[in-house]
Amino acid sequence: MAAVQETIDQVRRIDVEQYKYGFVTDVESEKAPKGLSEDIVRYISARKNEPEWMLEWRLEAFRRWQTMREPEWARVNYPPIDYQDLHYYSAPRKKPELASLDEVDPEILKTYEKLGIPLREQEILAGVVRPEGERRIAVDAVFDSVSVATTFQAELKAAGVIFMPISEALREHPELVRKYLGSVVPVSDNYFATLNSAVFSDGSFVYVPEGVRCPMELSTYFRINEKNTGQFERTLIIAGKGSYVSYLEGCTAPQRDENQLHAAVVELVAMDDAEIKYSTVQNWYPGNAEGVGGIYNFVTKRGDCRGARSKISWTQVETGSAITWKYPSCLLRGEGSSGEFYSIAISNGRQQVDSGTKMMHIGRNTTSRIVSKGISAGRSQNTYRGLVSAHRKAKGARNFTACDSLLIGDQCGAHTVPYMEAKNPTAVFEHEATTSKISEDVLFYCVQRGLSQEEAVGLVVNGFVKDVLQQLPMEFAVEAQKLISISLEGSVG
Amino acid sequence: MTALLEIRDLKAEVAGRQILNGLDLTVNKGEIHAIMGPNGAGKSTLSYVLSGKPGYTITGGEVYLNGEDLFAMEADERAAKGLFLAFQYPLEIPGVATLTFLRSALNAQRRKRGEEELSSPDLLKRVRELAKQLGIDPDMLRRPLNVGFSGGEKKRNETLQMALLEPKLCVLDETDSGLDIDALKVVANGVNQLRAPERGMIVITHYQRLLDYIVPDVVHVLAAGRIVETGGKELALELEARGYAQYQSEAA
Amino acid sequence: MNAPVTTIRTEAEQGLVDAFTAAAPSLPGGVAVTAARAAAFEAFSRTGLPHRRTEAWRYTDLRRFMRDAKPLAPFPNLDLAATAATAGFIAADLDFRRLVVVDGIFMPSLSDLSGLEEGLTIRSFGAVLGEDAPLLPDVLRDALPEYDPAMALNAALARDGVWISLAPGVAIERPLHLVFVSTGESPTSVFSRSRVTLGAGARLSLLETHEAADGVAHQVNAALGLLVGDAAELTHVKVTAEGDAVLHVGSLIASVGARAKISTCGFALRGAVVRNQMFVRLAGADTQAEISGVSLLGGRQHVDQSLLLSHAAPGGTSRETFKAVVDGTAHAAFQGKIAVEQAAQQTDARMMARALLLSEEAEAYCKPELEIFADDVQCGHGATVGTLDDQLKFYLMARGIPAKEAETLLIQAFVGEVLDGIAHEGLREALTAATVNWLEARA
Repeated sequence: MAAVQETIDQVRRIDVEQYKYGFVTDVESEKAPKGLSEDIVRYISARKNEPEWMLEWRLEAFRRWQTMREPEWARVNYPPIDYQDLHYYSAPRKKPELASLDEVDPEILKTYEKLGIPLREQEILAGVVRPEGERRIAVDAVFDSVSVATTFQAELKAAGVIFMPISEALREHPELVRKYLGSVVPVSDNYFATLNSAVFSDGSFVYVPEGVRCPMELSTYFRINEKNTGQFERTLIIAGKGSYVSYLEGCTAPQRDENQLHAAVVELVAMDDAEIKYSTVQNWYPGNAEGVGGIYNFVTKRGDCRGARSKISWTQVETGSAITWKYPSCLLRGEGSSGEFYSIAISNGRQQVDSGTKMMHIGRNTTSRIVSKGISAGRSQNTYRGLVSAHRKAKGARNFTACDSLLIGDQCGAHTVPYMEAKNPTAVFEHEATTSKISEDVLFYCVQRGLSQEEAVGLVVNGFVKDVLQQLPMEFAVEAQKLISISLEGSVG
Repeated sequence: MTALLEIRDLKAEVAGRQILNGLDLTVNKGEIHAIMGPNGAGKSTLSYVLSGKPGYTITGGEVYLNGEDLFAMEADERAAKGLFLAFQYPLEIPGVATLTFLRSALNAQRRKRGEEELSSPDLLKRVRELAKQLGIDPDMLRRPLNVGFSGGEKKRNETLQMALLEPKLCVLDETDSGLDIDALKVVANGVNQLRAPERGMIVITHYQRLLDYIVPDVVHVLAAGRIVETGGKELALELEARGYAQYQSEAA
Repeated sequence: MNAPVTTIRTEAEQGLVDAFTAAAPSLPGGVAVTAARAAAFEAFSRTGLPHRRTEAWRYTDLRRFMRDAKPLAPFPNLDLAATAATAGFIAADLDFRRLVVVDGIFMPSLSDLSGLEEGLTIRSFGAVLGEDAPLLPDVLRDALPEYDPAMALNAALARDGVWISLAPGVAIERPLHLVFVSTGESPTSVFSRSRVTLGAGARLSLLETHEAADGVAHQVNAALGLLVGDAAELTHVKVTAEGDAVLHVGSLIASVGARAKISTCGFALRGAVVRNQMFVRLAGADTQAEISGVSLLGGRQHVDQSLLLSHAAPGGTSRETFKAVVDGTAHAAFQGKIAVEQAAQQTDARMMARALLLSEEAEAYCKPELEIFADDVQCGHGATVGTLDDQLKFYLMARGIPAKEAETLLIQAFVGEVLDGIAHEGLREALTAATVNWLEARA
């Protein structure tokens, strides 16, 4: 794999602690005043020109949220969050309606260019020569609270696929949004999901009609730019009968000393024979080596395999954030439906990761597979937490889980907390977990062949996570591999 | 002419125990030296000290590779300077394809030497050629390095790496261990093909058997951490006949 | 602690408060013990009984299982106590030294204290507490989590039990058998606390059995502390075989010294609700531990075996194997955690938990957990939940073995993996026989 080499080169070019995406973009923005109240919820709803029912939905969520307590069960520690000291809405100041990409603030386009996102739809449409074999990806870019541009609209439209900012979908396809929003993650699901329901500002909406195989990968890049701003995006993907869609998300944020809150909700719905593949490369700013700053990433992601033989597959590469709290899950309701969770979670410095999945076997003959690779370095804590359950009617449920942890250095922790709950005797669940360190002998073997210590660690780690990397679409796999090596920098004494 | 390898009065310890006790050895280009000796004489320690394995402390003496101070170099630099250790027990690296490993190692060495990296197609061509010579199934190149390989496959893989990396000094640590006679012949044949006027080899072995196939120029007996006898290839046969008991009592 | 502060007490919680208030003045202990009891009860009354959201008790909701608190068992009625003579059926044919505890009170008159081996001391725990010896020495305290409600209640209310000490270097060949019996004809709460201390290099085998009649809903809370000195060896088997209405909460707290070996097995055979919790701390370097459990459940039984194993020093090796066979509408739970502290480099720990579901309404819950703070370790766990292997069953049937018998054979083999590890041959056979009986009764 040439990528290993690229990884190594990448590491060389970057100074220790130099978070590549840590720049701030200088755009004028319009922000809601700090704090959270019914008025702020009304403000957000009004800014989005939302229908009345949506405002009511938000207000109900807000009232509900006020009665809830922040969850404490995860193995993460952070000072209390002052929810009144955040901006809940921030938008780049712009003309009310964009006629084309040209009207997007060039500063923002520059940001996305720096991030390597192929946003310049017009170039592609104009037939600018592209390297052979490059796949086309439709991109929705979310900057702080709003979606700034979505590419390939026309081509997707021709295929019948709806891919647009959720704020726009609320205006153009209110019946669809209303039908599915909150149907997988109920408004009162958990503290952060409820907060999101009250204040979410944007995110992506995807609808793939019956029988349609989405002609390209769909992708959203999320960027938190403003200071003291919470980002609360909401993603909703519906795959009609027999359809297929692959969706990718990437996340970055500037380097700041304050902690920033990110509380997203993602809902997926798969009908009969539909398949959704959802991939994430999460690289929010992790804070510095002393644990100052960084994103609090409190995310609720859940897929509903509503139809028979439907399939939802989550793949995540989590390298960023000061704290990660996320459990992409599958409700396996349709007969013969299947869920997958492939995860690489890397923690270094003072990062804290508590992540995993829930596979809830509800329908008959449902299957699930979990492959989790955790790597802890520095002074970080890395926890896999997962639930596999078979309900009374889940005849023939099958799960296989493999959780492997790798420790680099003796100041970090690696933890595995799986739950298996079977209420049906025909369920077969298997779970395996291992924890080990990189063998000194293996490192020496590599070094004797000419690799430096860091190259040797990079090689071994890439081997360790290979099963999961293979699940990612090609472009993401390469990027993820780079990220992995970068995030482990300085971990080898 | 500078010797390829010059070891002077080398003393080393591991975990506080002195293993090498003033070892002297000179290997010139083009020569094959066999080092034989009883268990615990320090044979593997010598190979690890030369290659720079962590955990070994040099307590005296000096070693020069082509006139350069070996101990001033990190283990990976020594590899780039042409020192290759064929491991007695090659390590397994799950998830890393053999070919990936070969490419990473070769290009890391080339970069260190300021040479052009070998392109993927060139490398593949070269590796395939060598694999064929060594009777290695090309399918093995796609499998994770040494994972699930038989003893024979692992040793062939070591030989393949040696051939690809073109080292100046090869140290073969008990290459015959765990091999049946057919595998031994294949590996020895591979090693013999690497004999060259510019290259030296140290073949460490407990048994004479290997030396029937890799015929040395010089045979040394290592006991209690130093060379106690040196002779021609016939010394190996003598040792086979009379055993090491004499050296063990001397050492004691 | 996950439990929120309870302001409203359940009937059972109120019952316990009343019981403690009434009993406290008469409980054995000097100033320090009395203070420790009060502090323990204070901690309990703040959190109340554990429930679904108490993570360590996730699968055993005592608020649900304990509708009320039974009155504290009175001093054993001597006529009833005599029935204890036939208790401990598992070891009926084995020449173990019987030490009998009736309704939480150690009964020397029913025990075999003749010809005590040199270096072996056996006393009443209550008498030791009377001298104000600590309820729980610090080394055992270290094996426990910050707070455990069952241990807190036990500390507050335990009156007696057996206190055993073995001098350094002494090896006792004849195993000790702690026979616990609850005799009350109406339901009672029975608290007992025992301790076994092995000096450096000492060796001992210990069997612990718990019995009570069917139909009486006793609430048993038994704690056993094991202090295993450096290079000492202890094997321990606990059998819970109480009546079909009994709620049993048992705690084992062990601290293991350097180079010492411990083997402990929890064998859950009967009882309405059994929570068997083990807290083992490998405190010294280079220890070896084998920790296992077998749960055979049918009817409406609920059995929860739980383990907190702390590797606290370098070089420890541990093997944990837990098996549950679940029939009827029974619920089996396993919560096991291996915690490797930062000092415990070169730890080698493996945990396997397996549950076999035999009926439509049987349920199994399993949470095998690893918590690792040392990097040079080899740790792993595996867990499976499933039913009998149809192919194996078919294979046996194709050889002419009837279906039921084939199942019995397979289940025996499933459990056998743990029982085969019991060192004492007679005891191993007795437990195997009990398993066979259970399987036959099922058929």
